[in-house]
Amino acid sequence: MKLENSQLLRFTTAGSVDDGKSTLIGRLLYDSKSIFEDQLDAIEKTSIRKGHEGIDLALFTDGLRDEREQGITIDVAYRYFTTPKRKFIIADTPGHIQYTRNMVTGASTANAAIILIDARNGVIEQTKRHSFIASLLQISHIVVCINKMDLVDYSEEKFNNIVAEYENISSKMLIKDVQYIPISALKGDNVVNRSKNMDWYMGAPLLHTLETMHISSDYNKVDARFPVQTVIRPQREGFIDYRGYAGRIASGIFRPNDEILVLPSGFSSRIKSIDTEQGSIDEAYPPMSVAITLEDDIDISRGDMIVRSKNKPECSQDIEVMLCWLNNSPAKPRAKYTILHTSNEQKAMIKEILYKVDVNTFNRDSDDKELRMNDICRAKIRTTKPLMIDPYRDNRITGSIILVDDSTNETVAAGMIISQ
Amino acid sequence: MSKYYLNYLDELESEAIFVLREVFAKFQNPVILFSGGKDSILVTHLAKKAFYPSKIPFALMHVDTGHNFPETIAFRDRLVNELDAQLIVGSVQKSIDDGRVAEEKGKNATRNALQITTLLDTIESERIDCAIGGARRDEEKARAKERFFSHRDEFGQWDPKNQRPELWNMFNGKHFEGEHFRVFPISNWTEMDVWNYLKREKIELPSLYFAHDREVVWRNGSWIPNSDFLKLDENDKIEKKRIRFRTLGDITITGGIESDADTIEKVAEEVAIMRQTERGNRSDDKRSESAMEDRKREGYF
Repeated sequence: MKLENSQLLRFTTAGSVDDGKSTLIGRLLYDSKSIFEDQLDAIEKTSIRKGHEGIDLALFTDGLRDEREQGITIDVAYRYFTTPKRKFIIADTPGHIQYTRNMVTGASTANAAIILIDARNGVIEQTKRHSFIASLLQISHIVVCINKMDLVDYSEEKFNNIVAEYENISSKMLIKDVQYIPISALKGDNVVNRSKNMDWYMGAPLLHTLETMHISSDYNKVDARFPVQTVIRPQREGFIDYRGYAGRIASGIFRPNDEILVLPSGFSSRIKSIDTEQGSIDEAYPPMSVAITLEDDIDISRGDMIVRSKNKPECSQDIEVMLCWLNNSPAKPRAKYTILHTSNEQKAMIKEILYKVDVNTFNRDSDDKELRMNDICRAKIRTTKPLMIDPYRDNRITGSIILVDDSTNETVAAGMIISQ
Repeated sequence: MSKYYLNYLDELESEAIFVLREVFAKFQNPVILFSGGKDSILVTHLAKKAFYPSKIPFALMHVDTGHNFPETIAFRDRLVNELDAQLIVGSVQKSIDDGRVAEEKGKNATRNALQITTLLDTIESERIDCAIGGARRDEEKARAKERFFSHRDEFGQWDPKNQRPELWNMFNGKHFEGEHFRVFPISNWTEMDVWNYLKREKIELPSLYFAHDREVVWRNGSWIPNSDFLKLDENDKIEKKRIRFRTLGDITITGGIESDADTIEKVAEEVAIMRQTERGNRSDDKRSESAMEDRKREGYF
């Protein structure tokens, strides 16, 4: 297998057992031969015990005991498969509204989202919800799989109608790249292999679509941002004066000799070297983990950000975000939380909730200001010290925050920065 | 295609290094749980990369069941010496002697479950606030739901239904006194990824991972090595086979597979066509459908 140049694609699926989500994932794993014999044996036994005909592909995605008992997905589960072209990570999430926070979590690291539509039902509330979340989290590629085509006689007309219906809702959202595929996860049509039942469909099957999707440009290569995680000071022979700023490139490209600025202090310097354990390199780009050394001795520590002199993020204590509430206890007005932003940590206060968004209808509600679990709202946050921020739509890393409740240490909210 | 992208192994490596640096920045007293198996060797190697040219800022902690492959211990000691790292050993034998746990009885008795107490006792006595492990989400269904930063309460327990949401690459490691975290930097690696990386980086492994001749007994569908710790009865037939191990654990429960793969290249090739999951040879997972979930809740690795 020639995998040396192959990339990693992370995608998310949302849905319940009824949509055929588990069957679809089972089908991808099964047809790409990512399922092992002992797993297959175990599932065959369970299928027979439950009286299913043949192997129930959905059983491959069974998780915790409670989930098996109830036959539902509760939490995000991560699954893996590899083809000769790519390695895939699936963030498999539940689809019901009470698990919005899990869908948001799964979507936060995804390059692509698969939206499943039952061909018999067309676009429903859940389709809108999943699309809204994909758009909110700025997933670059959406693949709409119109499933259960076998139950509508593989009808082209049915497919076209649903495409038109979906175009109607997606035009209201910020979705960059949408593709439509008619499939039957149960029968295997257009999942891994091209369907013989739908000659009218000219596009590629799902797996091929995922294998060839252009993802290199998903990272921002323009705005150079390097949040410092820690300082490497070996203090041992041969490296007495070594001082490397360790971190992962959030965006942009860094090269030795670049003129840089350290924020928030504003000191400027030049990059002396970009180091890895295997030696120094000429260029560093996202998502590389490196250590940067500078020409000048400047006081830099965790939470600082190295950027290029001519392209700075905004430094602000007032940020406006789309906030998703993740916790059982509702948001407390004007309460203080710890805010995490890149490697920075501050105290913060939710100053104002502007409006809540109904994830099913996209309607805004400016009257109900109580923020409960799974709610999504637009809010104003004030921090004790400035954060170095970019809008989320330009930069997933410098544009995202989480809030932690100091009394429980739980992660209570996730936010996508809009602007100051 | 743009040249500015990482291949999947480089991306996984970078992600793991990022996680390890977060651990260093967020915890007072983190350790690497070191079993001598390939996954913990890999994590240790990644830690070396993350802090180069500094030496690794984590102690290695080994939970010693007393039922070891001698090769594993020799390998461990050599690596600790080479890295100039601190070694912390939690001894299951000592937990038994102190009356903290009782040895299981019967033919298939193992010290697997006993490790939990030793592990948690050592975490408490050494005041460890973060234990870095080499567990991967592809290993087992309960592990598929595991976070990178996984919270443990003051009893060392995992609550799978009440896990903190983990978004983007933002890790919340906040905890109260007495609680700790388990962190899994190679969560997103599969067995195949691990082998491809070990091969690429030419990382040294214990000889047990490569085909060798050994006395074994057929038990629960795999070849269990004959050792002083194995209880034999008249039905057991000791045979000599050419085998290698896919995982390394307690010698009494780690089953080998018949193989001629005696180099890392051959092993990687064999893994690529393998049709059984690697834990398929671990009798500890075969006790029930949710054996792993139950042990993890209690505080297992």
